[in-house]
Amino acid sequence: MDNIQPAPHLTKTEAQLPGIQTWLPYQSTEACCEPVAHIRARDLSICYAKHLALQRVNLVINKGCITALVGPSGCGKTSFLMSINRLTDLIPRCTVTGQLQINEFDVLTPSTDLLHLRRQVGMIFQKPTLFPFSIKKNLELPIREHGKHARKTWATLIETTLQQVGLWDEVKDRLDQPAQALSGGQQQRLCLARAMVLAPEILILDEPCSALDPISSGIVEDLIVSLRGQYTVIIVTHNLAQARRIADDVAIFWAIDGIGQLIEHGPARTIFESPQHELTSAYITGARG
Amino acid sequence: MLTQTKDTEERIWTLMIWSSVGLISLGFLWILGDLLWHGWTQLNWNFLFSSPKNSGREGGIGPILISTSLIIGVCMIIAWPIGLGTAIFLAEYTQDHHRFGRLIRGSLDVLAGVPSIVFGLFGNALFCQALGLGFSILSGGLTLACMVLPMLIRTTEESFRAITSDQRLAATALGFSRSTTIWCILLPAAMPGLLAGSILGLGRAIAETAALIFTSGYVDRMPESLLDSGRSLSIHIYDLAMNVAGGNPNAYATAIVLVSLLIIINLTASWIADQWTTSNQLPT
Repeated sequence: MDNIQPAPHLTKTEAQLPGIQTWLPYQSTEACCEPVAHIRARDLSICYAKHLALQRVNLVINKGCITALVGPSGCGKTSFLMSINRLTDLIPRCTVTGQLQINEFDVLTPSTDLLHLRRQVGMIFQKPTLFPFSIKKNLELPIREHGKHARKTWATLIETTLQQVGLWDEVKDRLDQPAQALSGGQQQRLCLARAMVLAPEILILDEPCSALDPISSGIVEDLIVSLRGQYTVIIVTHNLAQARRIADDVAIFWAIDGIGQLIEHGPARTIFESPQHELTSAYITGARG
Repeated sequence: MLTQTKDTEERIWTLMIWSSVGLISLGFLWILGDLLWHGWTQLNWNFLFSSPKNSGREGGIGPILISTSLIIGVCMIIAWPIGLGTAIFLAEYTQDHHRFGRLIRGSLDVLAGVPSIVFGLFGNALFCQALGLGFSILSGGLTLACMVLPMLIRTTEESFRAITSDQRLAATALGFSRSTTIWCILLPAAMPGLLAGSILGLGRAIAETAALIFTSGYVDRMPESLLDSGRSLSIHIYDLAMNVAGGNPNAYATAIVLVSLLIIINLTASWIADQWTTSNQLPT
């Protein structure tokens, strides 16, 4: 850990902030850092009513890395993602069993403070989900709800966050205009900013680029790459090329007999260059899925 | 040949649609024209502000306008919070198929279809007699509140249900409490629907006669408190037209005022809903 240097995208101030860890610059598919487990799933199963959607997943997700969850539709990737911030609680008759830990904190115990958990785990959906208010109000609502910042610091926090997602110059003159008037890519970046104002440790992204045109998708993808080191990022994607470009680790999910399973996981290079499971190799060569 | 048949068919359809629109508009214009024809000469500022004289044959409708506003005011102050609360409960706290929710929804639908005279009798028994409020503006307002509540609740509930689940999901994922989600995200989005429901309710309340005869009474002097009896516009029209010989001209003039009020309320509500939508959403 001694040779850790600030990532080039971090400004000096950000790199010096206490409590924010900085990491090695992004190097292709090499591990981005010395792996430190951040999220651990042990025998995690998810059931919808009587249908088993995901069976006994054992997965370790490393801190500060980008982990891509890939696999065909209906194999439980999104369910897994939603169990991390307990959004599965919203689905009627959905039960999650097994163990899921963020650091040493057990997510699945009934006593979990869900509001606190969801503040720690920011989530971005496939379609941008902005509230029908102004750009500014979209960012102010979460800040106000969690009440950690004095009102006079809000403007600075909003500016810093919008700069982080590369949106400040595009929207600084129209913060009071409806957020839903932005383009798809801008909306998705604003969604990221909205999650980031709460200073989460983890960002979970459910196919964040799939509803965007290729150019916007590229911008959002670059943004996700720039988050490496600052956040633990878990991204569900159907785009294998994207996973190959941005992910440090890859987890392949597959539905076997209609039941979602994790069939292989590891560093992206290993998965793409020497997959162990025959389904993985068929999937990444395009023969299946 | 094929084209010709299609053309004829198209023409018949267009004709049918235009005829229905024409009939509806004609009906409305007929009523409005009839009212204006018979009542226009009676209308002036003095009519709006002075007290009725000689059982309403002369004078104006000042106290009646005041009583009507008070009755409607009481009705809305009571119905709004209860309606909103129940609608939020039904839309956000009960699932579609849940037995309790279904029971409430079913009861509301039945209540919405109950004739207003039944509400009048109920209001008379409960508010005037059991609660000792007598024939008063308060009794009338409370009875009207009971009458408009079912419709207000159902329209408000529908406007909450029409909000996509993405918004709820996004709010939950941001760690918003349920109350913040409802008050800060869902309520503003449901506001146009809520306004529409209130206007329908208000329209029904302002035009109500049967329920008020038994509850607010028909004393036509200026009310001094909410516990005074007060005559509403619709009762005044009924009374002048049915019980007072020679009262027709003033009945027509009062009806013009009532219809104008309804039109103004409707236009204002549409304007507010429009403003609300355009200021918060995509410019269209």
